[in-house]
Amino acid sequence: MSESGATEPEEDAGRRIAIDARERVRFEEEALGLADQVYRVARRMVGTREEAEELVQDTYARAFRSWKSFTPGTNMRAWLLRILTNLNTDRGRKIQRTPDQQPLEESDYYLANRLAAVEGEQALEQEQVVERLSQGGVVNALAELPHDFRDVVVLVDLGEFSYADAAQILDIPIGTVMSRLHRGRRILKKTLAEESLT
Amino acid sequence: MSDADCEKCEELLQGYLDRDLKPEEVAVAEGHLNGCQYCRRRYRFEAQLRRYIRTSASERMPAGLMAKLSELRGGTADGL
Repeated sequence: MSESGATEPEEDAGRRIAIDARERVRFEEEALGLADQVYRVARRMVGTREEAEELVQDTYARAFRSWKSFTPGTNMRAWLLRILTNLNTDRGRKIQRTPDQQPLEESDYYLANRLAAVEGEQALEQEQVVERLSQGGVVNALAELPHDFRDVVVLVDLGEFSYADAAQILDIPIGTVMSRLHRGRRILKKTLAEESLT
Repeated sequence: MSDADCEKCEELLQGYLDRDLKPEEVAVAEGHLNGCQYCRRRYRFEAQLRRYIRTSASERMPAGLMAKLSELRGGTADGL
């Protein structure tokens, strides 16, 4: 450190503060730009719109407080979702318990087979055959998934996160992501078949 | 086409849709799908279903939430 001018360290400090302030604003703007995508994932992880709004607000409050722990250039959407799922798990552990008995899933082709049995094998060729299932049915079937499965299905199939990102967000091994995803999708399809095709 | 081939294809299909198969598994899945209408129909259905789930379950952020989030900002763009 130079001893020649007493003002130099002060100038350095001033510059640092200005740079910090700019980086902080940039961080906040990038984070806000992702809010709709974050909300879409949050909405399916909780039961109501109000809960989702609250969860997203809590997430942003925490993100804005700890903005310095974000490494620029890394995946901010994944970073925000990591905060969000941690907050959700904290809430979830208080009010929601994983059922002791997990629902049994059928095979991967189950829903297609059921549809073919009801509508005929040819129906599977139709462009819009999935619209035979109601949109509300999809939302309900997701809501009924046990939350460990639901979190993974929502992150990968709605949020379009990779297995690796989902593993990091949920702090679980990638193999667990894959097995929960595969089982979760099967349970989802079974529920959809039961709700939409009876 | 044997039932065992279809079972193998069913087993590979989710990974195939996720683009998460090894090249040799992709070859097995695609080789089977090319020759099997039963599995090809189910593959198309699964691909459609993925898109349908994504669009059906996707709900836009409510109006007003962005303003609430902006209020939580600690930094300020003023004076820069």
